[in-house]
Amino acid sequence: MRVSPGVSPADMQAALAEFQKIVGAEWVFTDEEDVDLYRDSYSIFWDQPEERIVAAAVCPDSVDQVQAAVKVANRYGIPIYPVSTGKNLGYGGSAPAYAGSVVLDLKRMNRILRVDEDRGFVLVEPGVSYFDLYQHLRETGSRLMVDVPDPGWGSLVGNSLDHGAGYLQPTYRNHFESHCGMEVVLADGTLLRTGMGAMPGADSWQDFKFGVGPWIDGIFSQSNFGVVTKMGFWLMPEPEAHLEANAFAYRFEDLSPMVNALNYLENTGVANGMSFVTSPLYGGSSFVPRDQRVVDHLAGAGHDLSQEELNAFADANKVPYWSMTLKFYGPEDAVRANWNFCKKEFAKRVPGTTFDEGKLWRFPLTPEQHDEVHKPSFGIPSLEMFSRGARSPNNPEGDWGHIWFAPIIPRTGEAIIEANKVISEITARFDRIDSLRRVKFSTPTTYWARSFILLFGFSIKRDPEYDRKTLECLRTLIAECAKHGWGEYRASPVVHDNVAAAYSFNNNALTRFHERLKDAVDPNGIISAGRYGIWPKHLREKKG
Amino acid sequence: MNRLMLIAASILAVPTFSVQGQAADKASTASAGKHVYDHWCAPCHAAGGAHHPGTGALAFKYKGENIPAALEQRTDLTPDVIKTFVRNGVSVMPMFRKTEISDAQLDALAAYLSHQPVKSPATTRKAKRPPA
Repeated sequence: MRVSPGVSPADMQAALAEFQKIVGAEWVFTDEEDVDLYRDSYSIFWDQPEERIVAAAVCPDSVDQVQAAVKVANRYGIPIYPVSTGKNLGYGGSAPAYAGSVVLDLKRMNRILRVDEDRGFVLVEPGVSYFDLYQHLRETGSRLMVDVPDPGWGSLVGNSLDHGAGYLQPTYRNHFESHCGMEVVLADGTLLRTGMGAMPGADSWQDFKFGVGPWIDGIFSQSNFGVVTKMGFWLMPEPEAHLEANAFAYRFEDLSPMVNALNYLENTGVANGMSFVTSPLYGGSSFVPRDQRVVDHLAGAGHDLSQEELNAFADANKVPYWSMTLKFYGPEDAVRANWNFCKKEFAKRVPGTTFDEGKLWRFPLTPEQHDEVHKPSFGIPSLEMFSRGARSPNNPEGDWGHIWFAPIIPRTGEAIIEANKVISEITARFDRIDSLRRVKFSTPTTYWARSFILLFGFSIKRDPEYDRKTLECLRTLIAECAKHGWGEYRASPVVHDNVAAAYSFNNNALTRFHERLKDAVDPNGIISAGRYGIWPKHLREKKG
Repeated sequence: MNRLMLIAASILAVPTFSVQGQAADKASTASAGKHVYDHWCAPCHAAGGAHHPGTGALAFKYKGENIPAALEQRTDLTPDVIKTFVRNGVSVMPMFRKTEISDAQLDALAAYLSHQPVKSPATTRKAKRPPA
């Protein structure tokens, strides 16, 4: 039996016995080989003293069991760490921020509680994955789409609570913003429902987020103030058509007006899908590959080229520096008309822009089309993104995972250029590169309607020296980017303290407010200690 | 049945794949194993490396050898090998917990992919770390 920190062996044993009575003996795991299944497969500390190992796991099947288990943990002061499906790989997986916690594994709570086709929502438990919901909707003949992140085995609840994202319209692809109503078990076992869920008998829990008074849902995301046991989500009805088309610009300085045009077209709702900013010169993407002339030129040179050398090649060969992939959902006539408007806007703002005519799909897709398309753009869950990091000709040994660095930058061309300059200087100093795209220049990810993310994945090698240097690089990036005002939107628990510390306005007023909330709603500090830098009082004092 | 009735019928339904653990015991081993494979393994390991990263990685690993990349086409897998990889993971494939694949379901999966009858969990429970 492993014992959680700050808990006596006798209390640990007594608590585990009570957990067994609540969920059944077979659903409390204490054997080393079972408990170690909760290690973070992608841990940067694999087999090292700093690895966040779990003490035990308790796996409830109902809200009643969650309430009872939380009450027991609160009575004995057992640190617990709730996970939904535990598949937040690259951001910590199922391993806790505080080593020695007992994982509250909610995977068995996998019920789809309600689907409303006409109002376009679902109500689900934490163990429901994107695969589960997609399969259920297709089998029941629903025409609702699921906005999925890249890994389809993730939980709708867990992904939303960690501010995950997908690929459809902005309303849906921001997974926390697309939720409507939640149910939460507080540290003393109290059951809470937010929004219209607080009104007995209301049938609008998944229709209206706010109810009346302060909207508190946000404090249960990226935090440790309660255990979320149900969430509602808005789903997008299948449109008539989806159009994807590209604009190409041929000068380095075109990036800024291209981004401004993109912002205008998205903020007016003309381009209503998730756009992609790509550089066919510096990298390429899933939608616009690196220009073949550049690929051939690099192969011929036998080594990488500097940005200046690539620029000279582009100018001499009319290679586009930038491309914008625009996506549209709606009636076929409307999406074609909207793309025509976009072409005029780009041509007006960026002379010399060229376009392709794009591709149009009509819903529902044929089985053949399923295999051809970028699946998340059509709400189809998959695990295709894991080809990055797996064994391949470019990566013969394969990786043991990845860890993300994901700073938010303003939605401007200047910010893309400046952030790349700062980040590439640091990654070069540590001999690290974005291991997923394997390019030095990163174009932004466009999950959010009003900001960019510069997303970098760093390889996990399970080589202590290599991984330590990667962590040093990551912590340097967090600190240096903070000086420019670029902060992470999401991070692995191994850097939660670093990331939270960067949000330091007015002597860390935000963190201090989180701590006051923590002390009020979880005075014994049992839930997810340390998550996103929020530590309970007794551990803050220990940390000094 | 019209769509509205279908949706009404779906209220309070659970996902068609239940993780309760008893399903594999009750269903025939082959179909239970196939069911586990389809849900947990196929997204990465089905035929077609372009869309299935596990198959793509194994195609590269076994290049030049006479070993199929898709798991269902293999004839050399033993139950112990399958259990070892499921409970330990390898490369970017994570390990799987017992709330995801129970011991009984893992027995059924191992039997299905090794084309062997199911073995007692007690004889194969201890999984060792796989080679990289």
